[in-house]
Amino acid sequence: MTPTLIGKKLKMTQIYDDAGQVVPVTIVLAGPCQVVQVKTVENDGYQAAQIGFDDAKVKRTTKPEQGHFKKWSCPTPKRVVREVALDEGETPEPGSQLDVSVFEEITYVDVIGTSKGRGFQGTIKRHNASTGPKSHGSKSYRLVGSIGMHTWPARVLKGRKLPGQMGNKRTTARNLKIVKIEKDHNLLYIKGAVPGPTNGYVVVRRAKTKS
Amino acid sequence: MNIDKIMAGVEQRHMKESLPEFRVGDTVDVHVRIKEGERERVQVFTGTVIGKKHGGIRQTFTVRRIVAGEGVERVFPFHSPFVEKVEVKRQGKVRRAKLYYLRDRVGKATKVKERRDQSTKPAGRPRKRRGPAKAAAAATTKAATPTTA
Repeated sequence: MTPTLIGKKLKMTQIYDDAGQVVPVTIVLAGPCQVVQVKTVENDGYQAAQIGFDDAKVKRTTKPEQGHFKKWSCPTPKRVVREVALDEGETPEPGSQLDVSVFEEITYVDVIGTSKGRGFQGTIKRHNASTGPKSHGSKSYRLVGSIGMHTWPARVLKGRKLPGQMGNKRTTARNLKIVKIEKDHNLLYIKGAVPGPTNGYVVVRRAKTKS
Repeated sequence: MNIDKIMAGVEQRHMKESLPEFRVGDTVDVHVRIKEGERERVQVFTGTVIGKKHGGIRQTFTVRRIVAGEGVERVFPFHSPFVEKVEVKRQGKVRRAKLYYLRDRVGKATKVKERRDQSTKPAGRPRKRRGPAKAAAAATTKAATPTTA
């Protein structure tokens, strides 16, 4: 199982590293997570573990949810559950705990979260398009401009960058360095920014492309 | 748990345990560790503290001095390991929190008045009590004795 935890993004701050340099860090309250369900090839067609984070109030969960957690002997329903792919033959114990110590040997992580929503935005903000001139009779300060050619191809090409919803979308920040792990407090210090607002849920996993 | 509490704890654990005590207006010697390749040495920067900024682990202070007729200001983070210690050379008497007006002044006008009040001096030297203050002090000790006995 790829070392993975569900966490909560707290805030950014700065700390000093061993060389005395300031490092910008995001504090992530990661885990403890519980293995809620183990999916097997026989049962589900693929191998995965479902892990859960953050206790939910029983009152605010549905009966089917309660049943699911009860079936896998998880004492309390969880607010977030995510799946982690398992390797061949790996069978983690349902109900077992995962905490930040899974990252002890790991330098780089990917952080997956939902980016802050910016609403419906134009091309200037959404795609970093440049603005038109501000003056000299300009009537195209923040306009989209031309979106294609002429009689041929007589249509707008797919993938054209246009205004639309910006943010509030699953986003992965790759290869962020782990600066520090505080096991007593379940805290991860991750260098740089991670997607999402304060208190937003994020998934932290071992970096896929860098170690 | 409350986020602000966690964050306060995070910063607390990375801050220096004791901070140098000085006020805006004081003339200080800042001992700065400087790395030159492999070697490390301590450099002293002397000047007037013209302001403190930010809070928590980000807190900084600005020291101004005149070098060869040119004003030089350095901003030091309180919690940087490079700032080894800060010695107060002379206490200043000022009425504002930021002494940015010193930037517009030259020569003798840049001098900050010295603070002569003993009670806030960091090192020992208890303030001499006179007249009514003595009586008040006696009264407090009297009141305190029965409870301690």
